[in-house]
Amino acid sequence: MSKKKDIDSFTGIETTGHEWDGIKELNNPSPRWWLIVFFLCCVWSVGYWVLYPAWPTFSGDGERGGTEGSMGWTQYDQLKDSQAEIRARKSAYLASFEAASFEEVQADEALYAFAVAGGAAAFKDNCATCHSTGGAGSAGYPNLNDDDWLWGGDIDTIHETIRVGVRAVHDETRFSEMPAFGDMLSETEIADVAQHVISLSQDGDDSAGGAQVFADNCAACHSENGRGDHALGAPDLADAIWFYGDTKADIMSQVRKPKHGVMPTWEARLDANTIRQLAIYVHSLGGGTN
Amino acid sequence: MTNLAEKMNYNDDIVKLFTIATIFWGVVGFTVGVFIALQMAFPQLNFGEYLTFGRLRPVHTSAVIFAFGGNALFATSYFVVQRTCRTRLWGDGLAKFTFWGYQAFIVMAALGYVLGVTQAKEYAEPEWYADLWLTFVWVSYFVVFMMTLKNRREPHIYVANWFYLAFIVTVAVLHLGNNISIPVSLTEAKSYSLWGGVQSALIQWWYGHNAVGFFLTAGFLGIMYYFVPKRAGRPVYSYRLSILHFWSLIFIYIWAGPHHLHYTALPDWAQTLGMTFSIMLWMPSWGGMINGMMTLSGAWHKLREDPVLQFMIVSLAFYGMSTFEGPLMSIKTVNALSHYTDWTIGHVHSGALGWVAFISFGALYYLVPVLWKKQSLYSLKLVSLHLWIATIGIVLYITAMWVSGIMQGLMWRSYDSMGFLEYSFVETVMAMHPFYLIRALGGLLFLSGSLIMVYNLVKTVRGNNVPDRVEGEDVQAVETAHA
Repeated sequence: MSKKKDIDSFTGIETTGHEWDGIKELNNPSPRWWLIVFFLCCVWSVGYWVLYPAWPTFSGDGERGGTEGSMGWTQYDQLKDSQAEIRARKSAYLASFEAASFEEVQADEALYAFAVAGGAAAFKDNCATCHSTGGAGSAGYPNLNDDDWLWGGDIDTIHETIRVGVRAVHDETRFSEMPAFGDMLSETEIADVAQHVISLSQDGDDSAGGAQVFADNCAACHSENGRGDHALGAPDLADAIWFYGDTKADIMSQVRKPKHGVMPTWEARLDANTIRQLAIYVHSLGGGTN
Repeated sequence: MTNLAEKMNYNDDIVKLFTIATIFWGVVGFTVGVFIALQMAFPQLNFGEYLTFGRLRPVHTSAVIFAFGGNALFATSYFVVQRTCRTRLWGDGLAKFTFWGYQAFIVMAALGYVLGVTQAKEYAEPEWYADLWLTFVWVSYFVVFMMTLKNRREPHIYVANWFYLAFIVTVAVLHLGNNISIPVSLTEAKSYSLWGGVQSALIQWWYGHNAVGFFLTAGFLGIMYYFVPKRAGRPVYSYRLSILHFWSLIFIYIWAGPHHLHYTALPDWAQTLGMTFSIMLWMPSWGGMINGMMTLSGAWHKLREDPVLQFMIVSLAFYGMSTFEGPLMSIKTVNALSHYTDWTIGHVHSGALGWVAFISFGALYYLVPVLWKKQSLYSLKLVSLHLWIATIGIVLYITAMWVSGIMQGLMWRSYDSMGFLEYSFVETVMAMHPFYLIRALGGLLFLSGSLIMVYNLVKTVRGNNVPDRVEGEDVQAVETAHA
C-alpha cells in the first residue's frame, strides 16, 4: 500500500489511500449542514424528554415506570380531553332530547335535526350492513325508504321493532312464522296460488282457482285482498314489492318452504337515546306513517 | 496496490444461483402483490380458503422482503465481500447450503401461510419449525461471511462489508428475540410465544422496525456502497461521513420500534423514546443518500447516459424521501392521523419499491453481464424503459396511497357539530375504491417493468461470451459505448 498522498485528480481532494476492487474513498468532511441538523434533532429530543414522559425508572412509580415529564402530559388525559369536547357538543341537546316525546322532538326543529343526525350515524354503523347505507335494503332485507312495512311504519312501532328485533333473542321479540305449505298443498295448488298472488299486483291470468286456495289458506294472515297485516308481520302481497323474488318460481318456493329473516334486538347493544334517534331517522327516510 | 489484472478464483457460481433466485422471487412477489391489490379493489377475487387476502398478504410481504430482498442481499454480499477482500468466498459447501437452505425456508414459510399456519406476527409469520431452520441457515451465512472477511488480503474492511455484517448480525439477534416460542408438540406446527401482552407487542415492533432498519436499510446500503462507486467509476464521496452515519444509524435505529405502537397500551415513556429516536434517525439515514449521490461528483454526465446508474440514483432519491417520511410519521400528532391507514402502506412501498427494489435492479443489471462474462447488457434502451415504467408505477402507487390514507384518517376522525361520527367505516372503504384501482395499476406497471428486466437479462445471458473479460474493468464504459 502506497504511503504517498493520493489525490483524486478530478476534485483535487485527497483520498484515504485505500483501495478495494478499484474503489477509493475521498477524505471529504461530513457536510456541515448535515452535522448541524443531526445535532438540532438531538437537542430537540432532549428537550422533548424533559417535557414529556420519556425514560424508564424501573421503580413502578410515575407514569407506569417512567419519568413523568414537566408538562404532566399523558395519552389518557389527551383522550379524555378530546372525548370531553365531543361529549360537550352532544350534551347541548341530549337532556332535552331525553325528556321529549317523539311528537315533541318532531315539533322542535333543532331537536329533530339532532335526532336525525344521531340516527344516521348509528344507522350507518349498525344497520347498513343489511339494510344498506341509504336504507334501500337488499334481497331478503327490507327497503326502509318505501311505504311498505311489515310491522308498521309509525315512529313508536319502528322504535319497538328496533328495540326487540324480529325473531330475535329477546322475551318480547316480534315473531311470526309462515307455515311450510309444501306439506299441505299439492304442486298444482301451489302453482295456482302463486299465479293468484302475481295477479294481485299485475295483470295476468288468474283463472286456475288460485283465488280459492288463497282464501282457504292465506287470507287468515295476509287478509282477504292480500294487503297483509301489520299485527302479524304478514307482508302485503298486492303492492308489487317483493322480499324474496318476484318470479312465479320464487313465490312457489316461498309458499313451499318459506324463508324467515332475523333482525337482532338492539336493546342490549345501543343505549335508549340512540334507539330513539334510530327510530326517528328510519321514520324520516320517506316511508314513515303517522 | 490492487492489481486488477490479477486472476482471482472467485466463487461466482453461488452468486449466480442467488442472482437467479432474486429475479425469480421478485417476479413472484410482485405478481402476488398485484393480485392482492386487486383483491382489495374487488373482494370477489378471494377464492376459496387458500387464496384469500389474509393468507396471500404474508406471501406477498415475505416474497418481496425475504425472498427477493434476501436473495439480493446474499448474491451481492457474496459478490462484494470476495472482491473487496480479494479472496475466494470461504466454504463452498456451506455457501451452497445457505442457498438451498434459504430457498427451503422460503418455500416452507409460503406453504405455511397458504395453509393457515402462522404466528400472526407481522413479517415474522413463519412458525417455530421454519424459524429454527432459518436459524441454521443464518448462522451458516454468518460463518461464511466472517471467515471470508478473516481471510481478506486487504488491510482494511470496506464500508459495504460493515453494513452487510451489521445486517447479518442484527437480523440474527432480532429473529431469535422475537421468535422465542414453545411448540404445542414436536409434531405440530402451532406454538405459543414466550412473550405476552404489551411486552409481546414491543418486542414484535422492535423486531419489525429493525427488519426495516437492518434488512432493508443497512443491507441495501451495503449494495449501494459497492455498486454506486463501481458503476460511476468514482471514489466514495466521504469516508468520514460513512463512519459517522454507519455508527449513528445502527445505534439509533434499534430504539425506534415503539413508534409503531403510538396511542396503545405501551407506556407513554416508551412511545416518547420511539418517536424521538426516529427523529434523531433522520440525518443518519440521509448520510447514506448523501454519500451515494455525492459520489457522482465529477461523473454527473454518466447519469445522463447510463440507465443502470439512473436506477441507483433514483433509488437513493426514494430512500431519502422515505427516510424523511418515516420520522415525520413517527411524530405522535402525525401518527394519530396516519396510523392504521393506507398512508403507512404507501410509505412502506416508497421504501420497498423505490429504494430496495431499484437499488437491487441496478445491482442486477451490473451483476449479470459480469457474472456471465458478457460484453454488455442486451439492451440499455430496455433498462431505460424498465426505469420509466417502474417509476411511473411507484409514483401512481404512493400518491394513491397518500390521498387514500389521509382521506381515510380524516374520515375516521370526523365528527359533526352535534358530536356524531360523520362517516361509517363502510363509507371510508367506498371512498377508497378509486385509489385501490390506481394502486393496482401502479403495481401492474411495476410488475411489467420487472418482466422487461427478465427478458433483457435472459437475452444478455444468451449473448456472446467474452471469456477474457478482466475483472473490475470499467463495465459501464463498455456498455455506454454500445448503447
